[in-house]
Amino acid sequence: MNLTLLMYLIPSLIMFGCGVYGFITRKNMIAIMISLELMLNSVDVNFAVFNRYLFPGQLEGMFFSLFAIAIAAAETALALAIIINVFRIAKKVDINEITKLKF
Amino acid sequence: METPVGNIILFFIVAFAIIIFSVLTVTTRKILRSATYLLFVLFATAIIYFQLDYQFLGAVQIAVYAGGILVLFVFAIMLTQQPGKSAEPLASHRRWMGLTAALAGVAVCGYALFSYVRFAGQILVDKVDGKSIDQIVNIEEIGKHLLSTDKYDYLLPFEAISVLLLACIIGGVVIARRR
Repeated sequence: MNLTLLMYLIPSLIMFGCGVYGFITRKNMIAIMISLELMLNSVDVNFAVFNRYLFPGQLEGMFFSLFAIAIAAAETALALAIIINVFRIAKKVDINEITKLKF
Repeated sequence: METPVGNIILFFIVAFAIIIFSVLTVTTRKILRSATYLLFVLFATAIIYFQLDYQFLGAVQIAVYAGGILVLFVFAIMLTQQPGKSAEPLASHRRWMGLTAALAGVAVCGYALFSYVRFAGQILVDKVDGKSIDQIVNIEEIGKHLLSTDKYDYLLPFEAISVLLLACIIGGVVIARRR
């Protein structure tokens, strides 16, 4: 028995599905960010797996995962700064209750 | 080449860990637990990278995701949540909407994966053009690719990322500063 390309893609697919579910159902902004991280992570896995299995002589997928991780870090840091600032002003982080900018 | 049995067992453990913990991440009602389960998912992903011979990527995954982002998450949770409080149960229409979207996406992607059989049975190769995988993926090669400007080299994205990180640091400080 061998580990094939498909076997690595299945957990990654389920990870992405869980991310979509959490992104839609959660109300807490931090929980939404956590779901977003799940989705980004599954995409990184796919890049690395496709690179290693289909083009093992090159490194493009690996570098793309690397840059995606760096951008995810930047984005998370900024988003959490915004969430903390919103909490400081509105005292809550639920997306249903933060409606100050709506008119 | 036949995959060693240990690798297959490790892969199945890691795959089940990823599936179970990512489901738990989005279904648990305590948000700190959700962050902890996310940490387990990220570690399992790092093991997958190590298994694919991308040691550097796995190390970056552990250092940046598990070490950096998770700490940020935990701090944000500690600063904004009442300790021990669970989220209220989901409204059922919301849950159905989420389940429908997630299952539809998984079904479409799964159908595409299983019907596109040309690559599905691909197995790992150890040698490409007489070079072993350790000669292709090592720190020296990664460094050369990151800091030169030929074809398939990444100096410009590397510098762009560094500027982005600087902008992000400044933005984070400006946004989160107490006025």
